Amino acid sequence: MSSKPNLRLGPDQDVADGVLERRHAITELVGDPGETLFVSGLAGSKDDILHVVGADSPAAFTLSGAMGAAVAMGLGLALAQPDRKVMVVTGDGELLMNVGTLATVGVLNPSNLSIICVDNEHYGETGWQESHTGRGVDIAKMAEGGQIPNVRTVNKEAELGEAAQMLREGNGTSFVLVKVAPTKPPSIYRSRDASWHKGRFREALLGQN
Amino acid sequence: MSEAPAWQGDLYDLLKNEFDVSQFSYVPDAGHRELINRSIADPDVHSVSLTTEEEGVALQCGAHLGGARSVLLMQSSGVGNCVNFFSLVAHGRFPFLTFVSMRGDFGEGNAWQMAMGKATQPVMEASGITCLRVDSEDELIPTSRAACTMAFQSEEAVAVLLTQKLLGAKAFPTA
Repeated sequence: MSSKPNLRLGPDQDVADGVLERRHAITELVGDPGETLFVSGLAGSKDDILHVVGADSPAAFTLSGAMGAAVAMGLGLALAQPDRKVMVVTGDGELLMNVGTLATVGVLNPSNLSIICVDNEHYGETGWQESHTGRGVDIAKMAEGGQIPNVRTVNKEAELGEAAQMLREGNGTSFVLVKVAPTKPPSIYRSRDASWHKGRFREALLGQN
Repeated sequence: MSEAPAWQGDLYDLLKNEFDVSQFSYVPDAGHRELINRSIADPDVHSVSLTTEEEGVALQCGAHLGGARSVLLMQSSGVGNCVNFFSLVAHGRFPFLTFVSMRGDFGEGNAWQMAMGKATQPVMEASGITCLRVDSEDELIPTSRAACTMAFQSEEAVAVLLTQKLLGAKAFPTA
């Protein structure tokens, strides 16, 4: 291993054989969103979930700032709405910024909360610098160490189905680390007005803002 | 360990019974001992032990999305850990309520606490959070009730600063 990280100048254009493409992987893992409530991290993971639920879905609160907040926000929502499934979709960079939240979640272990970490091993928004996960750091082990009871790492197509089933079953908090190719699918436009999205989310869920 | 002062129990009752707070998040702190212990023992609320204070800011925003009320209990040094997440509160216009036990103010004997103690209120105000200081026991409940009304009814961001005049300064050995 060289002493300096291997800087990459851009995303791979093609997904190598046997490596998961992120949009496909997240679509398979989420399955039918049904009544699930979503909180996402920034950038790529925001687009991944909007690809599944649609840019105008009021059931998805997506961050465009406050990096590191997604999992804790999902936890607050899951505790507030114990009868609804809550899914957090985030990336390796966002989750590493507040990895202790996995311990906060694990101690409480809400059965209606699941977390998908889309791990492309890069900081895609800032110039494709390699993240810690591309250099051996394993966030799934951190989730296990944080006492989250159901943890899977998905590397290939054949592993998606079982992980998707685990996310649906909700027997304690679930965590899926899905390793994907460092690609940048087209971004999906959505207003960045968090106050407006908050109001829409609450209106749809609670019948009032 | 000495008995917690009665106002801490009164404050818990105010938050839970008068304002329906159902999520108490905290990084452990002596100034909030009674509130933390009451929340742990209470099956009707969620007591959320945080690894860092900023989690409690995001937790509150998530709770509000779900129609629940949440408070963050922290020491003034923890305010520094929250600053970027205050942008979620400000930009999203989320209600936010925190009770901050002050260090590094009146009578502080540990020099390490002074810098963040002096920065606490200016940093929060620069982040758009209204700070209400409590110096004596008789102000505690009226000020806290006012803060709850501002946070939960007007959906403002409010911090109640429990000063060392109220809490007393921790004694440190000088030799």
